[in-house]
Amino acid sequence: MQQLLTFTIIGLSTGAIYAVVASGLVVTYTTSGIFNLAHGATGMLAAFTYWQLRFDWDVPAPIALFLTLFVLCPLFGALTERVVMRGLQGTTEVVRLSVTVALFAFMIGLANWVWPSDSSREAFLKFFEGNSVSIAGINVSWHRIITFGCAILVAIVLRLVLFRTRMGVAMRAVVDDRNLTELNGGRPDRVSMFAWALSATLAGLAGILLAGEQQLNIEPLVLLVINAYAAAIIGRLKNLPLTFLGAAVLGLLDSYYLAYSDESWFPQSAFGFSLAGIRAAIPTIVLFIALLTRPQSRLRAGIVRFREETRVPEWSTSILGAVSLVAVVVAISGMLTRSNTLLLLNGFTMAIVALSLVPLTGYAGQMSLAPLTFAGLGAIAMAKLPGDGNIATFVLAVVIVAVVGGIVALPALRLSGIYLALSTAAFAVLVTKLVFNQKQTFQSGNIAVPILKIPFVEIDSPRGRLILTATAFSLLGLLVVAVRRSRLGRRLIALKDSPAAAATLGMNLTRTKVAAFALSAGIGACAGALAGDKVSPQQYDFTQSLPVVLLAVVGGVGTVGGALFGGLLLGGNSVLASVVPSLKNLSKILPGTIGITLGRNPSGAATQTAEAFRVLKGRWNLLVFIGAGAFVIWALTAADVLSHWTFVVTGVVWFLAVAPNLPLVVASSSARRATAVVYLAAGLVITAAIDWSTALDVTGQRLIAIVILVAVIGLGAQRIMESGPRVRADSPDVIGLDRDFSGEEIERAERELRVVIR
Amino acid sequence: MSLLYVDRVIVRFGGVTAVDGVNLLARAGEVTGLIGPNGAGKTTLFNVISGMQEPTGGSVSLDSVDITDLPAHKRAQRGMARTFQRLELFGSLSVRDNIKVAAELAALTNVNSIVDEMIERVGIADIADRPAGDLPTGSARLVEIARALATRPKLLLLDEPASGLDEAESDRLGELLRTLAATGLGVLLVEHDMGLVMKVCDVIYVLDLGQIIAHGTPNEIQHDPKVLEAYLGAS
Repeated sequence: MQQLLTFTIIGLSTGAIYAVVASGLVVTYTTSGIFNLAHGATGMLAAFTYWQLRFDWDVPAPIALFLTLFVLCPLFGALTERVVMRGLQGTTEVVRLSVTVALFAFMIGLANWVWPSDSSREAFLKFFEGNSVSIAGINVSWHRIITFGCAILVAIVLRLVLFRTRMGVAMRAVVDDRNLTELNGGRPDRVSMFAWALSATLAGLAGILLAGEQQLNIEPLVLLVINAYAAAIIGRLKNLPLTFLGAAVLGLLDSYYLAYSDESWFPQSAFGFSLAGIRAAIPTIVLFIALLTRPQSRLRAGIVRFREETRVPEWSTSILGAVSLVAVVVAISGMLTRSNTLLLLNGFTMAIVALSLVPLTGYAGQMSLAPLTFAGLGAIAMAKLPGDGNIATFVLAVVIVAVVGGIVALPALRLSGIYLALSTAAFAVLVTKLVFNQKQTFQSGNIAVPILKIPFVEIDSPRGRLILTATAFSLLGLLVVAVRRSRLGRRLIALKDSPAAAATLGMNLTRTKVAAFALSAGIGACAGALAGDKVSPQQYDFTQSLPVVLLAVVGGVGTVGGALFGGLLLGGNSVLASVVPSLKNLSKILPGTIGITLGRNPSGAATQTAEAFRVLKGRWNLLVFIGAGAFVIWALTAADVLSHWTFVVTGVVWFLAVAPNLPLVVASSSARRATAVVYLAAGLVITAAIDWSTALDVTGQRLIAIVILVAVIGLGAQRIMESGPRVRADSPDVIGLDRDFSGEEIERAERELRVVIR
Repeated sequence: MSLLYVDRVIVRFGGVTAVDGVNLLARAGEVTGLIGPNGAGKTTLFNVISGMQEPTGGSVSLDSVDITDLPAHKRAQRGMARTFQRLELFGSLSVRDNIKVAAELAALTNVNSIVDEMIERVGIADIADRPAGDLPTGSARLVEIARALATRPKLLLLDEPASGLDEAESDRLGELLRTLAATGLGVLLVEHDMGLVMKVCDVIYVLDLGQIIAHGTPNEIQHDPKVLEAYLGAS
């Protein structure tokens, strides 16, 4: 009895922390429609900041708390909203989620950079460490009592803020109808900003409270958010009392499990499978159940207008691309060192995983956070099935995983949008915790996946595997192109663009979604089955899936090229870290930083690059000019005027920074044209004048120099030629509320309304 | 012969009764109009008929078969197609592919010739290869109609097809609807453009506050005191 009571108190205080986190999640979701996956990471950063102030710099606790919770956290939240989230209005759920994934990756990278794991650092003490009171014969620490107090305070404050203040009323109005609020003179943007600030404070509070219990560790603090998801979903993402109840239940489950799992009556295995991973899986299981008991998502008309655009890929360019990709890999693979070969191999493997998202996320608009899980299942199937890696085994492995993917998707398909994405995350965590850690799958930590046996071809070197994987990517890419051009592809896009129209035209939405999931799982399985080496379950962990999803979306998840770009970027990022050790920390925050910019460019980098060059199509005079320029650079190199590295750098700048700007130069007004021409020419001359072979001595630094030069020269010229002042992004309904109409606006309005002023 | 039969359909949202015991009948080869002030429940009724909204009570039959419990896609397969008041085109697909998806979903053979036929019939050949997401409202409405027709429906539900059309386009739409009805298609038309409704409809139902307050020929409706009151307020 005593034990039950003790663990009840422990459970409830854990639950109190979950409740604080979850309420922050609910606040931002309801006011901005963005489900913040990075919410736990915010709390983690706040906990580290507090530790820095309080224990490293010895700032008194009240001041440190005030600074962290009421200055830095709100500032961070408001800044996140202003800089990152506001650009996301009117984009797809996929992009919005990816941006929070990016934020998540960014913050973890930042914490790793600023506070590297260090066992000798000051301990994170509880509030009033060592003090406790006795309640009914049980010692309860002051920290726990404070935790309870905070949860109750949060509940009361939220209630008061939402129902008794003007801002609260505005927040609830935004939840109900954002546009209507705006028409009535409310400022949804300000409301969202306030909500994000409030939510960051809540996350920070929870992070500090939890760090007191569990010390400063990045992972538990970040994964805290999974418990919070479960609680928030129980509250259906809007009901705060239900959210608090869910949090309490989760805290208790965890605590009781801790208390009773060692008892003899507690099952240690089921059907021969060990249940050792179940504790970590409890919140996920609750999340899964909470998701599946949600009512079927209703067909609704009038959803989002998409900003992304994808073109139908042509066969000619696709085949040309596939063939040249393989040719390039064959050509350069002979020159690579062993470690670079392995890194590139990894890049192509990731590209296949990213490719698995193209039909599912890019075409059908269904977000999956579990692409690597299917790769892991593919690796297991390839290793366990008889045949030791012959083609039949490979095909069977892929088919099995595809079927598993389709079946697993079935219960989740009643859900849409964020709920579907979360259920795939739950699936990924469950598989990681309950399947990958079994003796039957990864005995002794890893398994050897046999190399695919192709008749008449012997593949044993890393180079051979690299060529194999690149070829596989090309073939699968062509498969995806074929799908896009087929009846199925049109259906997938129709499903994304308007489920309501698709259904009322006779599409069985469930069947189409299952097909998309199965196809995606099958492609993902190829990545695992082609591993051809020892693999460990960590490689297929849920947290590893997030960067893949992120970079696929950054590259452009609607196109095969985007998947390649994303996968290679992921591989290239680890190359960067190994080539330039001083930039290791930068590489930690790089994927996140890139992802955060998605709001400005939701179609992805590959699409944008292609767009930049599309303007040159048919402009023969410009194309000749570009060719001539390239020839001049080459000729200068051949005449030994330019060094080889300068040739590379100047060439890249010529093609990527100067060439795409040429049509704009020709089209812009004469004054701007002159400035732009001078700017571009100066940039080019400076680039060519530096001998990059001696100026920088590490390849990685030169690569970074190239990126910076292209950005400065290319984007700079673009900025010069942008005509007129930038258009205000404000909705017309808000103009005039914050400031008076300008004369120009009045004139425009009169013109539009055809008012004649005499 | 009744093609569509709506029998005492009720829809409640919480405490609000949006549709309150509506009976409605649409025949093959006729254009049936459904009019009423804003908020009368027209779109809700459309959603019930097309399977996007489960009714609280009552039933819907198509061709004398009860389809109340069928999901939207099965109703479509039985010969029902609709357009939307707020456009629901597949914005990333070209206009042609929008229509093609529909023809393919109806499991028709010679898909391409049907697509061409629809493009010509509705008069959108000049925009056939543009992405549907970029179209102005008027053209987009025509594409939605062509897409719905490409499933070769028996019953076509049109939710305010003339809003956003100019007068000439609206006249053309009226002619198109008459031609379609002449081939045996049943059309149920929700529309605010009274000129169009009075010109093309064989029968008109008037919905107000969730109830049918009158039905009859255009001539009868125009002189019904209850209708005048609903539209103009107490006289």
